[in-house]
Amino acid sequence: MGGQAPVVQRIRIRYAKRGPLRFTSHRDFARAFERALRRAAVPIAFSQGFTPHPKISYASAAPTGVGSEAEYLEIGLQAEVDPAQLLTALDAALSPGLDVLEAVPAGEGSLADRIDASRWLLELPSVDPAVAAAAVKSFLGAAEVPVERMTKQGRRTFDARPAVTHIAVTEQSDLPSGAFAAPCAIIDLVVRQVTPAVRPDDVLSGLRVVAGLEPPVPPRVTRLAQGTLTPQGEIVDPLDADRAAIGGR
Amino acid sequence: MSARSVFPQLEQLLPLVSKPIQYVGGELGAVVKDWDATTVRWALMYPDAYEVGLPNQGVQILYEVLNEQEDVLAERTYAVWPDLEALMREHGVPQFTVDAHRAVRDFDVLGLSFSTELGYTNMFTALDLAAIPLESKDRGDEDPIVLAGGHASFNPEPIADFLDAAVLGDGEEAVLEISGIIREWKAEGRPGGRDELLLRLARTESIYVPRFYDVDYLPDGRIQRVVPNRPDVPFRVAKRTTMDLDAWPYPKKPLVPLAETVHERYAVEIFRGCTRGCRFCQAGMITRPVRERSITTVGQMVKEGLEFSGFSEVGLLSLSSADHSEIGDMCSGLAEQYAGTNVSLSLPSTRVDAFNIDLAQELSKNGRRTGLTFAPEGGSERIRKVINKMVTEEDLIRTVVTAYSNGWRQVKLYFMCGLPTETDDDVAQIGRMAHEVIKAGRAAAGTKDIRCTVSIGGFVPKPHTPFQWAPMVRPEVIDARLKMLKDVINSDRSLGRAIGYRYHDGEPSLIEGLLSRGDRRVGAVIRRVWEKGGRFDGWSEHFSYARWIDAAAEVLPGFGVDLDWFTTRERDQAEVLPWDHLDSGLDKDWLWQDWQDSLSEYEQDDCRWTPCFDCGVCPSMDTEIQIGPTGKKLLPLTPVNNLRVPA
Repeated sequence: MGGQAPVVQRIRIRYAKRGPLRFTSHRDFARAFERALRRAAVPIAFSQGFTPHPKISYASAAPTGVGSEAEYLEIGLQAEVDPAQLLTALDAALSPGLDVLEAVPAGEGSLADRIDASRWLLELPSVDPAVAAAAVKSFLGAAEVPVERMTKQGRRTFDARPAVTHIAVTEQSDLPSGAFAAPCAIIDLVVRQVTPAVRPDDVLSGLRVVAGLEPPVPPRVTRLAQGTLTPQGEIVDPLDADRAAIGGR
Repeated sequence: MSARSVFPQLEQLLPLVSKPIQYVGGELGAVVKDWDATTVRWALMYPDAYEVGLPNQGVQILYEVLNEQEDVLAERTYAVWPDLEALMREHGVPQFTVDAHRAVRDFDVLGLSFSTELGYTNMFTALDLAAIPLESKDRGDEDPIVLAGGHASFNPEPIADFLDAAVLGDGEEAVLEISGIIREWKAEGRPGGRDELLLRLARTESIYVPRFYDVDYLPDGRIQRVVPNRPDVPFRVAKRTTMDLDAWPYPKKPLVPLAETVHERYAVEIFRGCTRGCRFCQAGMITRPVRERSITTVGQMVKEGLEFSGFSEVGLLSLSSADHSEIGDMCSGLAEQYAGTNVSLSLPSTRVDAFNIDLAQELSKNGRRTGLTFAPEGGSERIRKVINKMVTEEDLIRTVVTAYSNGWRQVKLYFMCGLPTETDDDVAQIGRMAHEVIKAGRAAAGTKDIRCTVSIGGFVPKPHTPFQWAPMVRPEVIDARLKMLKDVINSDRSLGRAIGYRYHDGEPSLIEGLLSRGDRRVGAVIRRVWEKGGRFDGWSEHFSYARWIDAAAEVLPGFGVDLDWFTTRERDQAEVLPWDHLDSGLDKDWLWQDWQDSLSEYEQDDCRWTPCFDCGVCPSMDTEIQIGPTGKKLLPLTPVNNLRVPA
């Protein structure tokens, strides 16, 4: 016991939760990822102590049932590996639908400090885009949008409006999950990370509150990006700085 | 035949239910085949929640064995929780498999694995959601063959009207033989329809087709006889025994769930069968003879199973793991191989002796120390003779003292309540025994900071055991004894504080007893309970004793019997038991003699180390004990220094 090998390399990973596996909860993913590390024989480093834990840290995880193209984590390794090989090995070790998309050696600074907003895609099958657009307009025009949610502390009400920096009905096609027959309203949403967290669900509740929008079937939500929100409203990929540090693109 | 995926409809419901991940499949080890490229298609069901059913070894083994056949497809289905059941009914979504989300009714066979009778009501839910008629007689050529296996199928009579067939014993070879029969029947153009297929299954003499047998009753309610109602099926149906476990090293590719389940480990059976002869233990009686898997096959399975799954825990399973002829070398070899890898090894189901502590020490070399559990089962020397659990109090004290002085701070002790001939004093002695354990443990450990947990369950007499004739004890008597035991434990406050006490009420055991030893008349009770909302009877939060009592009172008097008749009534030697036409290999006269020996507190030895005592299994089933030692050792593993990158 004790005497765990030190961390010699840290690697940041972007991964996706797709299709049916979007129903994987964060705890489920964490267990699957630890098994994948063992399957792929990744030389993961462990914490010291009586029950050593693998060195994995997660950026804020998408809610259960929400798909994502932009989940992030960082691992600490006790031996150096080639990031491209790591990507291939880990992706093969995870179920299809939990897909490893990028692996980049960590540069300076922390991943968490580079993430303060997310872009979400909301697909509302059987909702007329014009109706959705009207609801979005009411949402944007409201001074505050009080929504309710069950939390561990019980039912609480908070304002969903200030965290939303962008919301619009789009005409997008070729979506990651584009399986819905028309009509289907598609909403592009950017939300800042705040406390208490405002989630896409809360924005959908907000649309009901301000405009009575009630999708007849559960909307499908996908996180498209996470990162730093620029004053222009763009989201900067949190791995850009790491790539720059190793002279990447 | 259609075999489209129902996932698009199901997907709309999943955001509305708890733990949707359990319904989406996608596990490592899961197999999805092209429907049209296969001939024989099985839906395998473990009739409980996914979290319990997924780790089930039996289902995993059959799933893999079947899918290895090129023209056979096997998918899995589990009991859905009431929240999803309600939505499926509302939206017309049928019972589905988790692999490719196909409707269960589209398969050739629905194979149900019953480890316990408490899954019966969940079978009804699944059949009903699948739109398969509940009763065998109402099914047509478009319906799957509903087939039961697992330990409960050694008396499938309570669900006989709802099954098309049942297999007794080991399933590996049976599922292949059944697939072969279906393959051939289909190739011939399905001659004679469903009835002919069932007849072909019955003619194997090891597949029970209940509809080909009639049960006659005596005026007093007892069974007069169970006989074939056609000339071409056997009088008795024999169990299956897979010999040479080294030839069947499954699971090779264990299913690794995304959802949280009751066991997160790679489990390998180190042997099957047990001849210790505990008289309450159905598993030990119906799985004879002992067949060991060799140390080298176990080593190979563990290596490949861990590499495939990424699990960090290995369970070495059997009915009495320390009895493997090479258990010492196996444990030290595996501990050596996985030293410094954060893989933990566990050895459940072990006997009460100090040798176990050596094994546990060996296995915990990695630093992870699993709990120690011992099962004296009975509190008094006398009752342990009745049940043939040959453990003395000195054995137990010596064992726990060794454990406490080797650094364990906690041991668990398992007991049963409601055993034949049991008195209040037999149960009270459990408390006194626990006191002695704590006293001896404190002295050995040199600290007061040690604990033991007494866990006590209700005894249920099971078919094909010497206790198949025994009367059950009434729930109110059980509950009174359990309460009295609590008082005994707490009669000394200092000792009582160090003893945890866990027990189950007597009521569920009585119902399990009804289902275990019931006959075809009990089927109407189960159906009534299900119609009244009975689901997940193995879960205390879903089980309703009142619902069972009411259904029994409603249905059974029509047959001139009642709940007591099935449970608390002692049977005599001449009585035809509902499962007498189902052959576990055990000689009924031998079982009766063992029951008589039990009543005179006479113990029976283990035939592994002593001469055969003529239980009847080996000659009647043409099997024999297969044990080592092989003399082989586990070799050190080559450490992996590179990423496993797929080619």
